[in-house]
Amino acid sequence: MAEPLLEVNDLAVHFPTEDGLVKAVDGISFSVQPGESLGVVGESGSGKSVSFLTVMGLITRPQAVIEGEIIFQGQDLLTLPSEEMRNVRGAKISMIFQDPMTSLHPYYKVGAQISEAIRVHQKVSKQEAREQAVEMLRRVGIPRPDERADQYPHEFSGGMRQRAMIAMALSLNPDLLIADEPTTALDVTVQAQILDLIDRLREEFNAAVVIITHDLGVVAEHCDHIQVMYAGRIVEAGDRRDIYYKSHHPYTWGLLSSIPRLGETTVKERLNPIKGLPPSLIFLPPGCSFNPRCPHAFDRCRTEMPELLPSDGHHASRCHLSLADKERIFNEEVMVRS
Amino acid sequence: MSIQVNERSEPAPTTSETPLIRIRGLRKLFPITRGILFQKRIGNVHAVDGVDLEIFKGETLGLVGETGCGKSTLARVVMRLYEATEGSIEFEGQDITRVHGKQLRGLRREMQMIFQDPFASLNPRKTVGSIIGTPFRLHGTVPRNKIKGEVQQLMELVGLNPEHYNRYPHEFSGGQRQRIGVARSLALRPKLIVCDEPVSALDVSIQAQVLNLLEDLQEEFNLTYLFIAHDLSVVKHVSDRVAVMYLGKIVEMAEGQTLYNNPKHPYSGALLSAVPIPDPDLAAAKKRIILEGDVPSPIDPPSGCRFHPRCPNAQFPKCSDDEPVLVAQHEGQVAACHFPLADRAIIQADPGESR
Repeated sequence: MAEPLLEVNDLAVHFPTEDGLVKAVDGISFSVQPGESLGVVGESGSGKSVSFLTVMGLITRPQAVIEGEIIFQGQDLLTLPSEEMRNVRGAKISMIFQDPMTSLHPYYKVGAQISEAIRVHQKVSKQEAREQAVEMLRRVGIPRPDERADQYPHEFSGGMRQRAMIAMALSLNPDLLIADEPTTALDVTVQAQILDLIDRLREEFNAAVVIITHDLGVVAEHCDHIQVMYAGRIVEAGDRRDIYYKSHHPYTWGLLSSIPRLGETTVKERLNPIKGLPPSLIFLPPGCSFNPRCPHAFDRCRTEMPELLPSDGHHASRCHLSLADKERIFNEEVMVRS
Repeated sequence: MSIQVNERSEPAPTTSETPLIRIRGLRKLFPITRGILFQKRIGNVHAVDGVDLEIFKGETLGLVGETGCGKSTLARVVMRLYEATEGSIEFEGQDITRVHGKQLRGLRREMQMIFQDPFASLNPRKTVGSIIGTPFRLHGTVPRNKIKGEVQQLMELVGLNPEHYNRYPHEFSGGQRQRIGVARSLALRPKLIVCDEPVSALDVSIQAQVLNLLEDLQEEFNLTYLFIAHDLSVVKHVSDRVAVMYLGKIVEMAEGQTLYNNPKHPYSGALLSAVPIPDPDLAAAKKRIILEGDVPSPIDPPSGCRFHPRCPNAQFPKCSDDEPVLVAQHEGQVAACHFPLADRAIIQADPGESR
């Protein structure tokens, strides 16, 4: 296999607080190949955003304790001086955020904000930067980009703003685009447009894409690989088909069963949500972090943390259940719904 | 593998019974003015533009559409939070379009609302007990010394720990906060609850918990819901009937399953095809209608069919000149379109069904 674009080894991000140590990310390892699309799925507080903010070098709290390695194109980003990190951030790795409302500056014209990003990293004249910005707006499907570049963010709709954010993120032709809940604030129709756009641009720009989301539906059509996070750890990782058709972790089962299906139903069918709430990241339960919410937990789960073990190929899960049990439960309880 | 599902889970409400809510020709225009001293009206936002709708007792009516289609405005006009510009609203046969004062106060008891944002809809400086108890204090339905007990009962009912009576909203997670909103709306034992995007701000796992709670409460108290959302999968899951709204008008209405199998209006088809399906094979098999652009401005809505500028099937000049009206399609289904979609235009017989 080719050299991975991004390789994260045993990354941990801990925040000391008055109440105790918050283990936001607790030892995750994964890699992203050039041009691939990775879906990162988990609830609020599962550490999915924090881990990628760390990749971007955007965890700025001085007291944060960051351990492990983030190897991007052969360089460890965690040891890179901040000057050099600035050359990577934005130019080689860029990020779009959930809320297109708050991630654009309300006082500046959209075109100016995009050309600013270009001018920070490239030696081009204002005029050239603007031309590039307009071209980017056109490529992300904004009609009349020439006029739109001179408008302010409030004149854009939510979907248009997210397009402008994508234009900005791709303006420097990055190798890795991180999309943190890019469509959560948008209507489903606009969500479909934006996801299609990201797909199309991934091919056009040959960039790897990471989509962070809490909705397994969103990544079903758009990601090759998927990793599921819970309480700061990866609990299951695999190819798309592994996750949707033969998932091996009860948390993934819970996520799959929580989504209302559009399928044919004659009677009103009840959803089968995961019970309870995600645990506090300060006081993680002993054993498997998911055991208090897991309907299949047994004694061993309450005392011993399972390892993330591969079952076949890329597919790995962090669960004590035997493979046979996992397959049986998945087929009997989860798959029947879809 | 083509099972035509036509049997119904529940008998369709017949038109002979009095609906809980009957809306006739409802319009709500917001004036746009220019000038500071002499505010001159220069146009109107046609937020709701001629809606006829009935909501029957005990049913859940889903209302779905994109941002800016007027679904929240419609709900607020029904709740009498906005004054209707034209048309009438009847509640249990009584015209409530213009009631005010004491009568309106009485009406408020019958209709309550759950809001989208569980962060913005709870006063951060009041305790949960005081938030849920406010309806009792305002309406005096429970003697003051009994309020605490009632509130704790409500908290238990919606799955909150009654001991958290004295906590503040920020001490709760998003899903729990939405439960507080639900408890507050139930305090006066209303007949109708308007749920305005009650789960769109929540994580999917928490979303499912809240949806189940709403279903349980409906059964227990025989509630009627007007359920608003932009996600058709959520709406279909909770609703008996679904109304699709576009630019201030209802363009299609049908039972959830009928709408899923055979959407007739291309806009309903587009909404359906936009729903993310957590099943890669099924997702790949569905037909896509990708809508270009956003909802046009409701200040100056397009002529003829309002959907024609974005419609993939529009035929000119028919669609741009002639406004379609709601006509009956399948049983219990109405759609406003000159060139309705064929049956099963979006999702073929479910390949996942056999697995």
